[in-house]
Amino acid sequence: MSAEDGKESVASHDGSDRTEPDESLNSPVKQLQVLEEVSNLLRRMEICVAEVERRSGKNAVSMQETFTVYLIETRSMDAVAEGRNPPPDSLWRRYSEFELLRNYLIVLYPYIVMPPLPEKRAEFVWHKLSADNMDPDFVERRRVGLENFLLRVASHPVLSNDKILYHFLTKEHGWKEMVYETEFQAKADSRLRALNATFRVRSPNKHLMEMKHYSDELQSHTSQLLRSRTRVADRLYAVYKVHGNYGRVFSEWSAIEKEMGDGLQSAGHHMDAYAASIDDILEEEEHYADQLKEYLFYAEALRAVCRKHELSQFELEVTSQDLVSKKQQREELATGIVRTFSFKGMTNKIFGQEAPEQREARLNLLEELIAEGEEAVKDKTAECEEYVERAWADVLHFKEQKDKDLQEALINYAHMQISMCKKGIQIWSNARDCFLKM
Amino acid sequence: MSGHTVPADISGHMLDLDEDDDLEVFSKNTSLADEGPMPNSPGSMVNQYRLEDDEEEQQDANTKDIFVTVDNPESQITALETFIMYRVVTKTTRSEFDSSEYEVRRRYQDFLWLRSKLEENNPTIIVHPLPEKFVMKGMVERFNDDFIETRRKALHHFLNRISEHPILSYSQYLKVFLTAQELAPHKKQGPSFLSRMGETMRAVANSVRGLRNRLDEFTVMQEYAEDFSNKICSIDKVTQRIIKEQREYLDELKQYSPTYFQWAESEEELAEPLRGVGSCVERCSKETEEQVQHLSEVLVPALHEYVLCADTLKAVMRRRDNIQAEFEVKNEALASRRNEEEMLQEEVDDLADRMEEANNALRGDWSRWKNIMRTDLKSAFVSTAERNKEYYEKCLAVWESFLVSQRGESIEQRDEEHAS
Repeated sequence: MSAEDGKESVASHDGSDRTEPDESLNSPVKQLQVLEEVSNLLRRMEICVAEVERRSGKNAVSMQETFTVYLIETRSMDAVAEGRNPPPDSLWRRYSEFELLRNYLIVLYPYIVMPPLPEKRAEFVWHKLSADNMDPDFVERRRVGLENFLLRVASHPVLSNDKILYHFLTKEHGWKEMVYETEFQAKADSRLRALNATFRVRSPNKHLMEMKHYSDELQSHTSQLLRSRTRVADRLYAVYKVHGNYGRVFSEWSAIEKEMGDGLQSAGHHMDAYAASIDDILEEEEHYADQLKEYLFYAEALRAVCRKHELSQFELEVTSQDLVSKKQQREELATGIVRTFSFKGMTNKIFGQEAPEQREARLNLLEELIAEGEEAVKDKTAECEEYVERAWADVLHFKEQKDKDLQEALINYAHMQISMCKKGIQIWSNARDCFLKM
Repeated sequence: MSGHTVPADISGHMLDLDEDDDLEVFSKNTSLADEGPMPNSPGSMVNQYRLEDDEEEQQDANTKDIFVTVDNPESQITALETFIMYRVVTKTTRSEFDSSEYEVRRRYQDFLWLRSKLEENNPTIIVHPLPEKFVMKGMVERFNDDFIETRRKALHHFLNRISEHPILSYSQYLKVFLTAQELAPHKKQGPSFLSRMGETMRAVANSVRGLRNRLDEFTVMQEYAEDFSNKICSIDKVTQRIIKEQREYLDELKQYSPTYFQWAESEEELAEPLRGVGSCVERCSKETEEQVQHLSEVLVPALHEYVLCADTLKAVMRRRDNIQAEFEVKNEALASRRNEEEMLQEEVDDLADRMEEANNALRGDWSRWKNIMRTDLKSAFVSTAERNKEYYEKCLAVWESFLVSQRGESIEQRDEEHAS
């Protein structure tokens, strides 16, 4: 089943009673059952972020705060066959819980180009659009972004099977505790530290490195486009709004004219309409900006996947190098020929060779270490190869999705421009007819 | 004019005047809209005539017997100064002209002289304004090509308005201006500097004194002149602001389209639609440039002309008031001085006639001016609205062709998928 199919089936509107899965996940059979149910359900479950509400409560440090919660509704689509249409199940989630889910998924599936969350704070804002997180338009667009995130994750061939994801959608209370119990945080922190350090990799995967370079380009180009678009929107807003002054002056002027009065007055109304029309036009364009922003953030996720490969590859190289040097040490011990400088070698020269029993002991230890090392290298190599394979598969999946989505976004943009032109034609046409009556 | 009272209902009076004065311009094709009881307000009555633009142009074409053009600006360099000379060509069938064709060279100063003479001799006629002496904002070089061309157009327009005017076109000063090879000798004639000074001072004194009996109709006109001036100045300002904002929008657009092309360089599948959008934005920005150009060339000059006209209106009203004031002063003197009654009486009668003449001339010219104003501004606004509509139509076509190209692409893709 391809990701496309999953997405479509998730998005269509059918519903029925969802059979509550058994909550006791102890027996392996039960676990398998749940997994199967989960994978089936998510592919045939309708998900939406239906509503937004403001809540007040005490936070972690017992301070009063206001925050926004989002209502997640889910409905199984088995009802299509059965013809029933029950109300959806629902629960409320905060933005921070979405973040927690995403961070968890990143740790569990590091090779996946993780769908991004909508921005926490409004960026690339043109001056009239409120940069305030409480602004209703911003909150609405965030609702759409969160829904989009859930749909992407739930239709992903790998991610859709995740238990924690399933419970995020269905288990209102105790979900956070469940996530913390997995102790993913510890793993996350250590990985993060390693990733942020600089390290040099000798032979990373060529394709993934090309992808890393591409992710930088994607990030740079989308942010430039977004910035420029914002400035254009700002200017266009000014042009339209100044025309509103025509409305006011024409109206005043019409009061002192007899013949010209009517024509001027009605033309003035059209000028007011023209000035007002820009608000809707630019609000719609924000959706286009959001589509681009999603891929701006996706670029970061793509880069992260490539970086993690680099880290993995680096660790493999370190382990291999370690093995090589241990083997060298063994050789030296066995043959007595010192190839590389070592402190032991120096002390041997100065203080004389050690006793044969000691040497024997050291050799045995080395052999053990070498055996372990070889295991480690084998494991690490397999891990690396597996990572590259999985990552590349998801990168290809991402590429296809990106091309399709962005082409659609560009086409939508063209539609928006066309609609704006049509409005313009209508208004100026009407204005011209009014002027003709002057 | 002692004892003469103006009839309360002056409707009949007004109708006659209009028919007489405007016969040259608005002849037989004019139908007087009979709208039942005539409103008393003079303002409403002078606006009775509804004329189609075409009709009026035809009128002019049929009755016009003098054609003037201003062209061929050339700079003249003398020891003392540099200035521009314009060629003024006149073609006429009028009998008072000795020849049917004239060609002379005139400079801006000469136009100023002509206009001041026309105003002097027709104080209550609304004489079309000349383009301004300097352009303060933007610090345009006096001999910048655009500036010269704009000025030439305005001078041409000015002479045409004068030569179309039923009264002004018969002025001897106009004739001299159009025909004399050397204008200098003619300039020396006329009231001396001192006498003009005297006139100005009297005018100031009169305005301070205030009028005793201004007719309502003239108060209405004066108020209109004030209001119109405010409104037209506002519209002029708004239009300038729109142009400024459009230019800034254009600047941003020029930065915007390259972001699409740059992005396309690092893409494969997406490169083509990205370039498509980029080139759409480019083409739309060219259309925007042309639309702004149209605004600057059509609407701005028209509005600007009427900003200057508004000042002329106010000046005309002041001069009319002044003429009335002069009469009133003398009239009052007559009433209080018994001895020099006879001589004063003559003066007073002359001033009364002068005032009557001035008032009538104003009334006639007022309605004519209003009609021309209406026609001019209507045409400028219609043209602007039409051009703006065209702008959006062109941009629409640009984006629609992009969509068509994308649809074509996706159809191809789908066919490929089905084939494989």
